[in-house]
Amino acid sequence: MNAIYLDNAATTAVSPAVLQEMLPFFTEHYGNPSSVHSTGRDARKAIENARRQVAAAIGANPQEIYFTAGGSESDNWAIKGAAYANRKKGNHIITTAIEHHAVLHTCAWLEKQGFEVTYLPVDRNGRVTPEQIEAAITDKTILITVMTANNEIGTIEPIAEIGRVAREHKVLFHTDAVQAVGAIPLDVQAMNIDMLSMSGHKFHGPKGIGALYVRRGIRIDTLIHGGAQERGQRAGTENLAGIVGIGKAIEIATENLEEKAAKLSAMRDRLIDGILERIPDVRVNGPRDGRLPNNANISVRYIEGESMLLKLDLAGIAASSGSACTSGSLDPSHVLLAIGLPHEVAHGSLRMTLGSDTTDAEIDKVLEVLPEIISGLRAMSVLNRETSTVTDEVFYNGTK
Amino acid sequence: MYSDKVIEHFSNPRNVGEIEDASGSGTVGNPKCGDIMKMDIKVEDGIITDVKFKTFGCGAAIATSSMATEMVKGKSIDEALELTNQAVAEALGGLPPVKMHCSMLAEQAIHAAIQDYQKKQQAQG
Repeated sequence: MNAIYLDNAATTAVSPAVLQEMLPFFTEHYGNPSSVHSTGRDARKAIENARRQVAAAIGANPQEIYFTAGGSESDNWAIKGAAYANRKKGNHIITTAIEHHAVLHTCAWLEKQGFEVTYLPVDRNGRVTPEQIEAAITDKTILITVMTANNEIGTIEPIAEIGRVAREHKVLFHTDAVQAVGAIPLDVQAMNIDMLSMSGHKFHGPKGIGALYVRRGIRIDTLIHGGAQERGQRAGTENLAGIVGIGKAIEIATENLEEKAAKLSAMRDRLIDGILERIPDVRVNGPRDGRLPNNANISVRYIEGESMLLKLDLAGIAASSGSACTSGSLDPSHVLLAIGLPHEVAHGSLRMTLGSDTTDAEIDKVLEVLPEIISGLRAMSVLNRETSTVTDEVFYNGTK
Repeated sequence: MYSDKVIEHFSNPRNVGEIEDASGSGTVGNPKCGDIMKMDIKVEDGIITDVKFKTFGCGAAIATSSMATEMVKGKSIDEALELTNQAVAEALGGLPPVKMHCSMLAEQAIHAAIQDYQKKQQAQG
């Protein structure tokens, strides 16, 4: 267990208030929401209350919220469901090169089923433009899916503008908002979002519960058959306690959101600026402005990310990296490669994602131990200014 | 996921550095896959009297480099050539399957350094 947890993009702790809200639904109000008796009806009420909480947080109507098992299921369902429901209209899907694998692998699977997918490139900060989207639309395009904010480098995409383009061209627009919900304000009406995926455990709710928003009037095919739950669209006895948990968690997460986001952003900037001041040959991955309030992502020249993670772990600090060694494959993060980083620099990435309970003292501690960790690993590395083939120009790639 | 032995070698790596008048030197791996290892050896009367490494890589790459240097130091060239990646991995109390290629690099780096030494010997005639 780490004393300092800076991996909140991976998952967050369930907040005590959320847990308290959930507990009675395991042992007391455990009814099957489909049952006629009052124990079942109590459960049903709790689910509908949570549906209202989730809907309110994104400007949706409760009837437009479907509970799922998490972000990956929501992405799978939205994309496959929309693709198959619109198969007679066309077979073309537009997405970006930096989506989460729940989107990318779903699109790759659809390609095998005969759909065509355009993977748009992003700029050096990880942004795709509405103009790129518009230029990619053909008369066969049935779906645009672009993430609200990137999970690795924190880039916030121009979702409202992409939504407007999609609306003008009468193409469905889905966004994976797994990292954005509870982090930045979202409004599905103002942003012209037709479908939105979220996951409870990213904002201090429990794991194993997510939601998909589907705008009223839009029909998507069912992914899980076998029951009347979720208006016949997603079968299976509801994850009652989980649903209660995501409802409470999203309510807490979106309270005073702008104030909390401003505080987190200031802390994030102090971390990034502190690193840049103390450590030479470091670049920031993702934009300085228009990034998730809690996301700091850097690449450290001449060393590899996993070794940094291990050193940080030994110092009691939990972080993550886009290095190949943390992915179980030989390739580093597809996101870091997509923003133009060479493999060597992508392998040297370090992501620290702050949480609502991150303190100034914790940031100070990171700034104290990180320079020593990095100079130690650099002293051990075969790569340096003389031996590395990556030039300053390539390393900074116009970001400095 | 790592054994205590791997963490111990990663935290306190042995024989880090370079040998100025090395008898042989070998570099293996590439930045694309995220691991590069350089081994320098000093050979006297057919015995590896000193060995140093520098590694760009993950925890397993650094730990296997460190362990491999310990295993060949004081050994004859012939003995050092018998070093296998399995032996390095076993000495570390095992490696996760995805990290076995790191121990391969350690074996290759030692072999490359010895080959370099042998080439230089032949050149001297």
